[in-house]
Amino acid sequence: MPSDTPRAEPALELRDVSKQFGDLQALKSVSLRVAPGDSILLYGPNGAGKTTLLRVLSTLARPSKGKVLLNGEDVHSNPVAAKSAIGFVTHTTFLYGELTVRENLEFAGKLFGLTSIDKRLADVLDTFHLRERAGTMVRELSRGYQQRVSLARAFLHDPQFLLLDEPFTGLDAASAESLQGLMRRLEGQGKALIFSTHDFEQGKAIARRLVALENGKVRYDGPVSHAPIAVLRAADSPSAGALSASFP
Amino acid sequence: MNSLRVIAAIFMKDLRVEWRHRETLAAMCVFGLLVVFLFNFAFEPAGEESLRLLPGLLWIAFAFAGVLGFNRSFAAERENAALEGMRLAPVDPGAIYLGKMLANLFFMGIAEAVVVFAASLWYNFSFIPALGWFTLSTFFCTLGYVAVGTIFAAVAANTRMREVMLPVLQFPVAIPIFIAGVEASAGALKGDAPGDYASWIKLAASFSVIFLVLSYLLFEFVLEE
Repeated sequence: MPSDTPRAEPALELRDVSKQFGDLQALKSVSLRVAPGDSILLYGPNGAGKTTLLRVLSTLARPSKGKVLLNGEDVHSNPVAAKSAIGFVTHTTFLYGELTVRENLEFAGKLFGLTSIDKRLADVLDTFHLRERAGTMVRELSRGYQQRVSLARAFLHDPQFLLLDEPFTGLDAASAESLQGLMRRLEGQGKALIFSTHDFEQGKAIARRLVALENGKVRYDGPVSHAPIAVLRAADSPSAGALSASFP
Repeated sequence: MNSLRVIAAIFMKDLRVEWRHRETLAAMCVFGLLVVFLFNFAFEPAGEESLRLLPGLLWIAFAFAGVLGFNRSFAAERENAALEGMRLAPVDPGAIYLGKMLANLFFMGIAEAVVVFAASLWYNFSFIPALGWFTLSTFFCTLGYVAVGTIFAAVAANTRMREVMLPVLQFPVAIPIFIAGVEASAGALKGDAPGDYASWIKLAASFSVIFLVLSYLLFEFVLEE
């Protein structure tokens, strides 16, 4: 017999979220719904609130006001389910310099309670072309390689929602292209992707949806292809105030 | 069960990191040895006087070696925001605390053994007759000290003057442990009947249990930004 209670559609959601740091309001009543298959470019000038928004979505930061929901449930009331479903890459790599690439990934696998670590490890090492560097200490790797390991770490537990904060930083052209291809494929796998980048053209080539942020507020949320000309113009001069100057 | 795996993973990770650079243990041991060595020169104790000095100076050495160790234990976590990486995993924050605490306890145990061995040579004092009770009392006092030190090191790691903040936060809270450590060690080393100083060991054990439970429960809030 079917249940009377409607089942919440899988989604990661910000509901009227504000985040305050002392006197600074980094996010102002932001509402956003990320569903499987979504590919979202988070765009805005420095200080717009992109990183804060991703940190709140990732559960690293608690909102000062409002809620973060995963499948209709508050992520802070069931953090285990939420954290298992989210992978996060940010400016910092979350890696231990004194451990090798393999040891870092094995450690992350244990934290995520992965049962078949070896198989998963082999997959991500291949995906991010890290097999040859698996035995190298992370501190001996270039910034680009460290970023790849950080990405491998985020993909290790096969999360449903991937949050990437400036994922192309430090990557060479070949690695950036490989990551772009991977990000495009995620959509087909029913995974949700939300990422920020300063390179609007690069972001546009991957994302189908654009969320433009400025001063902690969402200025535009819709298809990239339908982005108002004002947003595209502001993208050419990504200084603070450029978006609001474009929107009356 | 998963929490036990997480505790073991963090403990083994800390041991591996320490094995690679050996900074923490080296600093702890050198500092501890320096205290014991300098006191030996300053007082040139012999016989009974050694017995009078040793409990106090051992605990001075343990206390400062501990501060160095606790500060270092979170230095590797601060680099590349690795502690945040752990927070992203679906693990009980208390398990992170217990993993870090056990690693600190292990390093403290090694540093203490080195310091005690050096003290027995420089002060010409045999710990062997009192080894059982001395070890028991030192274990419980160290457990309490590490329980407090680990959580305050995590608090201090988020502050700008973390190296200064840790002793300022930690020492006042750890005073009962230091007193219990000195009194119980003195009783054990003098060869007193265990009943005479058992109350100090009980105090240290109770303190340890209280701080372990409190820290386990509160660590989630310490990690919050």
